[in-house]
Amino acid sequence: MRLKDNIAVSESGFLFDPNSGESFSVNSTGKELLRLISKGLSAEEIESTILEEYEVDKKTLYRYMDDFSHTLRRFNLLETEDDE
Amino acid sequence: MMSKPSYTIAITGLSNTDNPGPGIPVVRGIRESDKFNVRIIGLAYENMEPGIYMPEALDKTYLIPYPSVGIGPFMDRILEIHAKDPIDLIIPNLDAELYTFMKSANLLKENNIKTYLPSIEQFEERQKGELNSFGKKYGLKVPFSKSLTSVNDVPALKEDFEYPLLVKGKFYDAYIAYNSEQVINHFNKISAKWGLPVIIQEFIRGTEVNVVALGDGNGETIAAVPMRKQYINDKGKAWSGITLGDKKLLQITRELFQKNKWKGGMELEMIKTNQGEYFLIEINPRIPAWVYLAVGAGQNIPEALVLLAMGEKVSPMSEYEVGKMFIRYSYDLIGNISDFEKLSISGEL
Repeated sequence: MRLKDNIAVSESGFLFDPNSGESFSVNSTGKELLRLISKGLSAEEIESTILEEYEVDKKTLYRYMDDFSHTLRRFNLLETEDDE
Repeated sequence: MMSKPSYTIAITGLSNTDNPGPGIPVVRGIRESDKFNVRIIGLAYENMEPGIYMPEALDKTYLIPYPSVGIGPFMDRILEIHAKDPIDLIIPNLDAELYTFMKSANLLKENNIKTYLPSIEQFEERQKGELNSFGKKYGLKVPFSKSLTSVNDVPALKEDFEYPLLVKGKFYDAYIAYNSEQVINHFNKISAKWGLPVIIQEFIRGTEVNVVALGDGNGETIAAVPMRKQYINDKGKAWSGITLGDKKLLQITRELFQKNKWKGGMELEMIKTNQGEYFLIEINPRIPAWVYLAVGAGQNIPEALVLLAMGEKVSPMSEYEVGKMFIRYSYDLIGNISDFEKLSISGEL
């Protein structure tokens, strides 16, 4: 899972896609996930980092991670195979 | 030290209402130039065009008749103004007057008035009714379009189109129609206002993206800035917009200019589908009203147009700031009845 190169994420959790002009805001959890994604971590690595640092059970985390990655994909914020 | 040249530039499109003309944004760009001194003459069609009364916008205003009076009387008035107040360059900013100015190019040239406009052929081939052949000629995807000259042709549309579809005027206005009754309704409204033909266009789902660009007439794109409207008013006009870093859109613009050797300002209106395809829906053959966003983002298109028109060399601009926004607002100017009186009675202010 990799964010598109040109997507700008600010400290406040504001995302701007310069290609489409769309902007989004994420909550603190989303911000943390984006931080980990931007570091180039794999989905498994992100999951284990979150499980280590936060009080959350695996099932809930997987559900939210899945939701979040779908949302990112739906808004064209993730690199696809075509982009690479 | 070389002194800066001084130009007198006449500009139309001074309406700054909720359907704004490009005149005032063009003036703002020109006035920001440090390459020349300028005196701006406003050419107004109506004595209530807000640009006339905006402080520091115009140095002088003259009323001119609508181009529908005919090329002869229209140009008589322009030359009458020129005799009194010599003009170096005219920048027409409205679709409906461009033909008159292009047709009069030689007359203007003989009188030492410069313009920087596309040729009649370039202007004609991008007309809304010609979009299919334009797309074919320049390798651009376009929605299927058909020109209608009679309301009797509406029932037959179902053979070529699926609803919804778009009903467009030849200069302005576009409405979406979900059935033939709505097409007839829009057809009557649009033809009464803008004349015939009325254009029927396939509705493409996606996001509208626009580019303001300037071509040098030799295939070079001197400037190009893409924008997405963020807020649209009830007249369909952008009330805020943001610059995009869409490289594909810029590439489409450059390739088009390379092929059609466009001269002057242009606005490309395109739909980007969710699949990432680009459909050209319209080409406006002049600078759009949102041009000041391009100036704010780093490409002073009005200044570049003036320099090109005056025979200066302008290097193509490729940099601009992505994520720059414009937000329009309305503002009450306080005017004096004496100004209104002067303009109404003498035709100048």
